[in-house]
Amino acid sequence: MYAEKLKRTSECAWSIEPFGAMQVPVVVFADKPLIDAMDEQVYAQAAHVAALPGVVQASYAMPDAHWGYGFPIGGVAGFDAKQGGVISAGGVGFDIACGVRALTTGLTHDDFERCKDPLATMLAHRIPAGVGSRGKLELSPGEMDDMLRGGAHWAVSRGYGAAEDLARIEEGGQMEGAEPRFVSDHAKQRQKDQVGTLGSGNHYLEVQRISAVYDATIAEAFGLRLNDIVVMVHCGSRGLGHQVATDFLPRMVKAAKNEGIELPEKELACAPIKSDLGRQYYGAMNAGINCAVANRQVLTHRVRQVFSDLLPKADVKLLYDVSHNTCKVEEHLVDGKPRELYVHRKGATRAFGPGHQALPADLQQTGQPVLIGGTMGTASYILAGTRTGMERSFGSCCHGAGRAMSRKQASKRWHGKDVVMHLSQKGIVIKGASLKGVAEEAPGAYKDVTVVVDATEKAGLARKIARLEPLICVKG
Amino acid sequence: MTEPHWQHYSHPADMGIRGFGRTREEAFGQTALALTAIVADPSKIEQRTCIEIVCEEDDDEMLLWYWLNAVLYEMATRNMLFARFEVAAVDAGIRATAWGEVVDIARHEPAVEVKAATYADLKVECDSRGRWVAQCVVDV
Repeated sequence: MYAEKLKRTSECAWSIEPFGAMQVPVVVFADKPLIDAMDEQVYAQAAHVAALPGVVQASYAMPDAHWGYGFPIGGVAGFDAKQGGVISAGGVGFDIACGVRALTTGLTHDDFERCKDPLATMLAHRIPAGVGSRGKLELSPGEMDDMLRGGAHWAVSRGYGAAEDLARIEEGGQMEGAEPRFVSDHAKQRQKDQVGTLGSGNHYLEVQRISAVYDATIAEAFGLRLNDIVVMVHCGSRGLGHQVATDFLPRMVKAAKNEGIELPEKELACAPIKSDLGRQYYGAMNAGINCAVANRQVLTHRVRQVFSDLLPKADVKLLYDVSHNTCKVEEHLVDGKPRELYVHRKGATRAFGPGHQALPADLQQTGQPVLIGGTMGTASYILAGTRTGMERSFGSCCHGAGRAMSRKQASKRWHGKDVVMHLSQKGIVIKGASLKGVAEEAPGAYKDVTVVVDATEKAGLARKIARLEPLICVKG
Repeated sequence: MTEPHWQHYSHPADMGIRGFGRTREEAFGQTALALTAIVADPSKIEQRTCIEIVCEEDDDEMLLWYWLNAVLYEMATRNMLFARFEVAAVDAGIRATAWGEVVDIARHEPAVEVKAATYADLKVECDSRGRWVAQCVVDV
């Protein structure tokens, strides 16, 4: 019913005009093959979002969009508090501020190759990953609250990383408006020994080689050169974020019912931004964002320790840290007028263009670095935000390859051992706690990240800067 | 009447879990086993200790959702896996006992953590033959 209403508006943009309860159009950014392969549920879910109170301009789906819970994964929508807009725990998702950070090392592929195996072994040994792994930090209740308020600032003050890292994290590494008092004791309990752990599933730490540079000027400004070694970390807010979502969802289902908001799926659960529950969730979610950036900051410290022990000439610098499951208050031009919006990005990356005030001085000319993780066997990309993206998608773009098949299908089709062997023939060392987990994350279970990134660039949402290929992958 | 059992089913977003039983409570216990089996093979988990879990909720489907998230909470905070669940109906919901042990990475070879049970495909039903089914999709 939705697919037949989809109209192509440009090479990589499609729209569904509002009908029924929709207040704004759905806009899907994708090329024709991605559209042909896209699950129709993506359009239905984006249309449900387009019907929520206070939604502004359009409900967007990114090129890697797939069927999610309530909102599609790869969904972006902005809400205006002054027009009865809502905030949705489902629109942020279960892994609050899950994201990616990229570290440059100052090493070339030649420096690295002889240390590859010991480095892989030491990273796997020192980075707590997978089920049952615990971090070395155990936080007291007071320190937990400090971490939830301070984010990466807290981590740096505890000796994890350097002060100059902070400018290269969204919001300078500390989300304002975090309110630990709205984070339940259950959520804090789940986190108390999980700071500095990678998690499992699609989370990973990769050592990569830059295999292509598309824009030499911006790449230089980002500190990226062909054949350089880069580290990418993909993980989120761990147990705390999962529990915050679990705690607020049923409360928001009830709130929506009381407000007379129709939810075609329960996971669209939301509350007016200007309600007690809306404010409480916002405070708890911001604490979740701080938890995620603190977590990635502690992991960065562990990576630096490993490099300093094995490759002392390495100079590990933070290029940037992005979160791709968030709701953030941002100002955007709507019909030429600036408006304050609560922008939900669920499986979508913020991609602010050049000149945006949120960017540090040394990234003003380039636009925000945008980090797109691929799969174990394929590539990752570093893009830069554009001015056109600011107009077209509230400064947002894709976040990864996006699954093409379910975990069950993947684990039926591939064996973990075969995946590891096949990748080792390609020169990629996989260190995974579990072979079943590796099978579920087999490269073939995902869409082609290159196709997704090319469609993102053609749609004007971000521009390609560099391509990276994996050499070591530590899976949770 | 079919014996109680569980299964996984494909869902594009993540993984579906489903439990069958002769009562609602038996189906709930089987669904929790299906949840465990995403992480590790239940036959490798020894029943060394037991814990109690109580969930209160009127609506059957919401009760299943609370139950599975309560099991996940216990798994995460106690660092345990459970191999057997005995669930009993009480006035306001359910009271359950779960038997299991602390995660042993070498022996259990845990695959992935489950983040949460979701509302997607959430269903608790009794068919015409009196067989109960309880299911939902979990976020991995």
